[in-house]
Amino acid sequence: MKRFYVLLALVAAAGGGAMWYSSHRKPAPPPAAARVVAATDGFRGYPLGVESAPVEVTEYSDFECPFCASFATVQMPVIREQLIAPGKLRWRYRDFPLPTHRYSRYAALAAQCAGEQGKFWEMHDQLFEHHQWAQTGKNPRSLFQDFARAVGLDLDKYDACMDGQRYAGRIEASVQEGEAAGVRGTPSFYVNGRPFERSTSDDFKALVDSLTKKHK
Amino acid sequence: MIRRQAIVLLALVGLLVATYLWLYKIGVLGELRCGTGSCEYVQTSRFADLLGVPVAFYGVAGYATLFVIGLAGLEGRFAGDRRLSVLLAALATVGFAFTLYLTYIELFVLHAICRWCVASAAIMTAIWAAAVAGVSRR
Repeated sequence: MKRFYVLLALVAAAGGGAMWYSSHRKPAPPPAAARVVAATDGFRGYPLGVESAPVEVTEYSDFECPFCASFATVQMPVIREQLIAPGKLRWRYRDFPLPTHRYSRYAALAAQCAGEQGKFWEMHDQLFEHHQWAQTGKNPRSLFQDFARAVGLDLDKYDACMDGQRYAGRIEASVQEGEAAGVRGTPSFYVNGRPFERSTSDDFKALVDSLTKKHK
Repeated sequence: MIRRQAIVLLALVGLLVATYLWLYKIGVLGELRCGTGSCEYVQTSRFADLLGVPVAFYGVAGYATLFVIGLAGLEGRFAGDRRLSVLLAALATVGFAFTLYLTYIELFVLHAICRWCVASAAIMTAIWAAAVAGVSRR
């Protein structure tokens, strides 16, 4: 019996030691995004909805912003179902990572790298639906890889894209365009280049109704 | 006696696994070592909390309870106590049922597997088998 207690003590010590070691290991930080030159590839953000839709909304958003997450998970599903799917509205997502958010550029990069494989909106949904990552302050690198896996990305291509910060310039260009348009916070919405200050699905329904009536 | 020793040892390992996941959840550990699994995806999903409490904490509490009761069952005065065996089997059955629920969520709702959760499920299954065998053999 004594040997059994010694075994228990050894298992407890080994497990405790491993956890102590883990808690003192500093995870690798995500790649820095300083001094990025804005891309000039003419990219205008990822669209959602048919091109022939009579109204187009441009959203400037930040994946780490809680209001953006709330909008994406509460209002956006209704907008998608009632306005975008029937072809009444076309949506355009632009990145506007706020400098106060540590990982928002990294998240924007993850979405762009998913977009490269045709899965921007799927990654967009993962980043907003599992928004707990934005509150923990932990390095989200491996979590974003999980998201990439979950949406069916080729992980080698995704990693190469992330490590090379392939679309950092595109994100910077989006930020500069947002600033030029007068974006101060997120989410910000523009309809035909003019700011739209409201942000509920009912507001967008009313907007689409009024603009559609004008065109008739 | 050997079954109770097995339960105690397994509960201790389960306690370490659950504590590891709980420490991650409350922010003490920055990153989960998961290999090719999707641990962080599972741990940050909406199913990782139940009634406002991290699921991993239920694991910590459950394994700790099994560990303490199992350890008490190794003491001479409780060694032949059938009531303790029944209690262990009842607790292990609750743990096993919870494990089945969590495994279902991983496989059919999240479509993601967390290796540590699989380890915990295997441990709880082994505890349940040992505890039930401990009751039926008497």
